[in-house]
Amino acid sequence: METTMRQTWAFLFRGYHLTRRYIGWVIVFNFYALVTSATVALIGVAAGNYQLTLTLVVGALLWNYLSWLYQEIAMSIAYERWEGTLEYTFMAPVSRLVHLLGVSLYSLINSVITSLIVLVGLMLFTNLTLRGANLFGVLVVVAVSTLAFIGLGLIAAIFPVMSAERGAEATHIFQGSLLLVSGVYYPIEVLPGWMQPLSAISPATYTLSACRKLFGVGISGSTPERLAGVPLSDVSHELFVLALMGVVLLPFGLWVFIKVEAWAKRAGKLKRTG
Amino acid sequence: MDQPAICVQNLRKCFRKRNGFRKRVETWAIDDVSFTVAEGETYGLLGPNGSGKSSLIRVLSTLLVADSGQVTMLGYSLPQQQQQVRRIIGRVSVDAAFYKKLSARENLIYTALLYGQKARDAERRAMGILEQLGMENSKFSTPLEEMSRGMQQKISIARALVLNPPILLLDEPTTGLDPKSRRDVQSFLERLKEREGTTILLTTHDMAEAERLCARIGFLAHGKLVAEGTARELISRAHAETLDDAFINLTGEELSEEELVAVEG
Repeated sequence: METTMRQTWAFLFRGYHLTRRYIGWVIVFNFYALVTSATVALIGVAAGNYQLTLTLVVGALLWNYLSWLYQEIAMSIAYERWEGTLEYTFMAPVSRLVHLLGVSLYSLINSVITSLIVLVGLMLFTNLTLRGANLFGVLVVVAVSTLAFIGLGLIAAIFPVMSAERGAEATHIFQGSLLLVSGVYYPIEVLPGWMQPLSAISPATYTLSACRKLFGVGISGSTPERLAGVPLSDVSHELFVLALMGVVLLPFGLWVFIKVEAWAKRAGKLKRTG
Repeated sequence: MDQPAICVQNLRKCFRKRNGFRKRVETWAIDDVSFTVAEGETYGLLGPNGSGKSSLIRVLSTLLVADSGQVTMLGYSLPQQQQQVRRIIGRVSVDAAFYKKLSARENLIYTALLYGQKARDAERRAMGILEQLGMENSKFSTPLEEMSRGMQQKISIARALVLNPPILLLDEPTTGLDPKSRRDVQSFLERLKEREGTTILLTTHDMAEAERLCARIGFLAHGKLVAEGTARELISRAHAETLDDAFINLTGEELSEEELVAVEG
């Protein structure tokens, strides 16, 4: 147990010191996340429609959180390839579960910090009130969807294991596709008919749908002064689907990663690049 | 001979690559290689680039799975017991693979934690190793990217040794180092062998280094182990005057200019 704790701590230790050394870039990424979110939210402000503003704010905020989480996990292998340390991590006597758990934990902390920065920024830009929103419910939904997104991140992390050059590109294509089909900034109904079924398999769709209700978007009692967030029981369907996705995607992500690692060792794909 | 520390039997590894639309090209990186290394012995593998040295080290490091053959290390079989093998090996590769933005201290503590060791103990041990390698303690907090290649390679050796493994896999550890750094590393490895009885598998292009450090030497060419013995035996078998000549006579190959330049630093 003590060994496992130390091994998990190794990934947090590494992540903390890398963040410290790359602090300039960390500030740039957070600034960019804040500015792009504010730019989107201001469309609602310009339209003078607080419901539209709230829809965009919830979309921007959740997308920041979920995409950061996904990206950090998915890209962790690509970063190691670029640094040249992947072989050393893979030859350490650390189980893949502990390895990926450590990476995911660090990504989670990173995503929460970025999301808090974006939230504070959006409140300053939009002057929205969150009074009446079911914030506890939002936290529960986000916590449950975190598992599904970690699972997706693990699945996407196989791409850089499979191909040093194309892997990182594939993780971004996958991320972009999620953004397109999940109804982050618009209702799913505006997507072409053939694309709409894809939204049903994205966990972000359910996260956004549930959180918007919990914030009070589209709820008749909501006013600009006081929102009317629904109780958690009203989003039980979304919560169930998200929990199911988490239960399936997390172990599946780990399983598929281990399979691809075994293949990479047979094919000699773990060599350093970059 | 007691049970060997490293036992490689009939090891084969082929890389298959698609060349064009339908044609598949096969390259035998390791072709029926067998050898043993006794506990506490330093065994050298000499061969030009592409001879299969690094592939062999990768198999022993659990990073590459062979197509056939058997590998046991201190009685543990690969790939079945890879977790146990990982606990008894340390590896130094030709390129010092680190988080370049992190300091030597941070890189070494990260490695120690990854192996489940206490950070403080590992730090103390690493400082001792680096001192013996002729490195100042003040460099311990310097980011790796600000260090010379020689210094980075010394940190790489410290990383492998901080885990105190009974088997050390050294893949061209002195290639590209200046003569002083190369001597520092070689002297350290000699002391390590005497003091700890560490088993060392060393791949190198440097004939003088192999002669100095290795009790026995194997010549690799095109994935095959073409000759094996002490430096003296190999020279005598090849009717040569130097190990360099013996290598050419027995393998029919010469080290390229590039490899010799790398050896000369």
